[in-house]
Amino acid sequence: MNALAARRRHPAAIAVLLLIGLLVTGGAYSFLAPKDANAAAPTAAADAVSEGKDLFVANCASCHGINAQGTKSGPSLVGVGAASVDFQVGTGRMPLAGPNVQAPVNKVKFDDEQIAALAAYVASLGPGPSVPESKWTTVLEPGTPENNKAIAEGGEIFRVNCAMCHNFAGAGGALTRGKYAPALDQTTPKHIYEAMVSGPQSMPVFNDTNLTPEAKQKVISYLKAQESQTNVGGLTLGNLGPVSEGLFAWVFALGILIGCAVWLGKKAA
Amino acid sequence: MSTTDTRPADALRAGDRQADERASATKPLGGIAGWVDDRVGAAKGVSFLAKKVFPDHWSFMLGEIAMYSMIVCLLTGAFLTFWFVPSASQVVYDGSYIPLQGMTMSDAYRSTLDISFDIRGGLLIRQIHHWAALIFVVSVFVHMARVFFTGAFRKPREINWVFGTILSLLACIEGFAGYSLPDDLLSGTGIRAMNGFMQSAPVIGSYLSYFVFGGAFPGEAIIPRLYSAHVLLIPAILVGLFTAHILLVFVHKHTQYPGPGRTNNNVVGYPLLPVYIAKAGGFFFIVFGVITLISAVVTINPIWAYGPYDPSPITAGSQPDWYMGFADGALRLLPGFLEFETFGFTWSMNIFPGSLVLLPVMWTIIGAYPFVEAWVTGDKREHHLLDRPRNAPTRTAIGVAGITMYVVLFLAAGNDLMAIKLHLSINDITQTLRVLFFIGPPIAFWITKRICLSLQRADRQKVLHGRETGTIWRHADGKFEEIHAPLTPQERWVLVQHESPEPLQLTAGTDANGVDSPIARKERLRAKFSNFYFRDRVAPATPSELEAAHHEHDDHAAAPSGEHEAIEAGGAGRERETIKARKHD
Repeated sequence: MNALAARRRHPAAIAVLLLIGLLVTGGAYSFLAPKDANAAAPTAAADAVSEGKDLFVANCASCHGINAQGTKSGPSLVGVGAASVDFQVGTGRMPLAGPNVQAPVNKVKFDDEQIAALAAYVASLGPGPSVPESKWTTVLEPGTPENNKAIAEGGEIFRVNCAMCHNFAGAGGALTRGKYAPALDQTTPKHIYEAMVSGPQSMPVFNDTNLTPEAKQKVISYLKAQESQTNVGGLTLGNLGPVSEGLFAWVFALGILIGCAVWLGKKAA
Repeated sequence: MSTTDTRPADALRAGDRQADERASATKPLGGIAGWVDDRVGAAKGVSFLAKKVFPDHWSFMLGEIAMYSMIVCLLTGAFLTFWFVPSASQVVYDGSYIPLQGMTMSDAYRSTLDISFDIRGGLLIRQIHHWAALIFVVSVFVHMARVFFTGAFRKPREINWVFGTILSLLACIEGFAGYSLPDDLLSGTGIRAMNGFMQSAPVIGSYLSYFVFGGAFPGEAIIPRLYSAHVLLIPAILVGLFTAHILLVFVHKHTQYPGPGRTNNNVVGYPLLPVYIAKAGGFFFIVFGVITLISAVVTINPIWAYGPYDPSPITAGSQPDWYMGFADGALRLLPGFLEFETFGFTWSMNIFPGSLVLLPVMWTIIGAYPFVEAWVTGDKREHHLLDRPRNAPTRTAIGVAGITMYVVLFLAAGNDLMAIKLHLSINDITQTLRVLFFIGPPIAFWITKRICLSLQRADRQKVLHGRETGTIWRHADGKFEEIHAPLTPQERWVLVQHESPEPLQLTAGTDANGVDSPIARKERLRAKFSNFYFRDRVAPATPSELEAAHHEHDDHAAAPSGEHEAIEAGGAGRERETIKARKHD
């Protein structure tokens, strides 16, 4: 102990202490942090529904109830369908990391097989929209006249139904009390489709009589075509409209011009 | 008339050619200048202009930025008129932008898409036009702030301040008209908002809207009408008023910052020719170049992404260009419960104050300020020397309070973007800004005034005791003291030249017979205002105070005198003085 006490004023003491502290906290955290309960040892040819049920009970039941009937902290999942589960779990929104005004996009916790099992279990509780067929989530590539027309129509549908929350470029927008419509540029076609049929969070449901599967496909194709466009005008400033342009004018344009004025004012005649 | 002329016959024509003789006696202008002068007589005016002296300071170039960006707008605007079709008639798009092919849209939008995608250089010119417009209004406002905070609006320049005020309002309106022309989703939304503003006018609202739109919204009339206003009417007024604005600068001479040798009766600087012609000309190209560079790399108003206007859709993040942002913000802050109905009319007090009242009121207050201040101070003298903002604490504080109010409204216009980017609740932001609108300006006023007074006190200290050198001097008795280097007379002059008015004193409100003076009430009000303006004052150091301070210093210095550190310190001070003096040459 004496040797330690003698070195307590050593220049490296603080650094060593900090390092030890960090290691201890970090190590303790990795031991004590709650882990995702993984009851999903995919046991042989277990039935998808029963496997889904196991996963559900382990990961979701604390909020949605043991029979998915809903509790004070989570809604009932009877009748939400496989599409909803695939969207919520497939984008990492569920399981919810903590109470929030709205579930944010997060790291995906399950693999595709597990998500499918969960979806099968929830779908077995009551009829609801299913995961879309891949033909409706295939993006129509621009090039042919009919595809170009479909993309243009998708744009019109998007502006009429979606842009008021998600912004003209799908850059997202604010809703009341901290809720928001997320940006769409990182979302896969399948998840966009599922969001439309299931209406997650504050989003309204666009069912098949409201927007046909073809119309949904056009919307998705429009979004993807817009993303793959070259930005002909240069940097987009986040596609947020005049606010970011005004900010740029005040900060950069004015800053550069005043810099030039100062330089010129200092120049001796 | 005398019939008897005493002049002899041969002298009758004497003196007739005096003018010719005089002309041939003076040396005529040579070359092209002479040729032009003989025909238009411009030499006098040109020599007046060429000899005109302007002072040098970067802040005097803010107005130049405005002027040049306006010229850039005029040049690029002329280019855009070659292709833009101001028509709301419907056409089918078949241009090269795929996501809109086959869509029905207005000819205005179609032609703007063509300018952006199918006309060589069109998109660049469009972006230059739009960026230059934003920068124009930015620089107008910053220029305005410079003129305000330095007191450059005082006599004889009040009229020019009013001209500038009108110019800034016109710049905003001109910008809004341009923003509304392409008929994309965003600009159509802007026109829709404008329609709503007009309808919010009590009683006459709907008539006003029908009058402006030539029928129900949107109709086919508004785009051609806005186009005429945007390319003809407002630019003509802008250019005319701007010319008057510049002419008045020549008539009044430019103001200058206080400094040695600069008085109210001279202008210290360089003549227009050759110095300022070169500098200003060069600066034009710098401004044009910077705007072009920005336009080449940063998108502005991607109308193709917004899509054609249709009254049913709207996009999240619909905002006007920044200069109309404060009005949009006012609308976002106005609570909805202010709307009520009486006599079968709807009184849209949730819209009306923020839309139709705000702009005229704000610009009237700005335009009237010089006259209000002149009345309060009772100052009828001409001012050609600028105030340092700290030396007019109340004015500076009023300005900052006004800007604070403006900024609160301005921020409110972006409340949705603040909400998503900062992960806040839009409701909380709006409530906070509502409160800030009322309590922000007084707080800003108080803080600014205190800062100004502190800076004045610091100036006073600096004059009386010199500049802190950072050299700590230990006396023989162990006492520590920091060496203060005396200021050069040039440095000192800037800190002591200003006036520090005292509040007006009330004269007796009644005459010798006890009769109330007819102007007593007005005078009382004025005294009150004067007290508000000048109650807190830090008088600049007077020569006698300076003398007294020097004596005190000499007494201090007496203790360690004879020690060589004192001589060294003094020597170091002198050396710095000479360096400073050389800089001033």
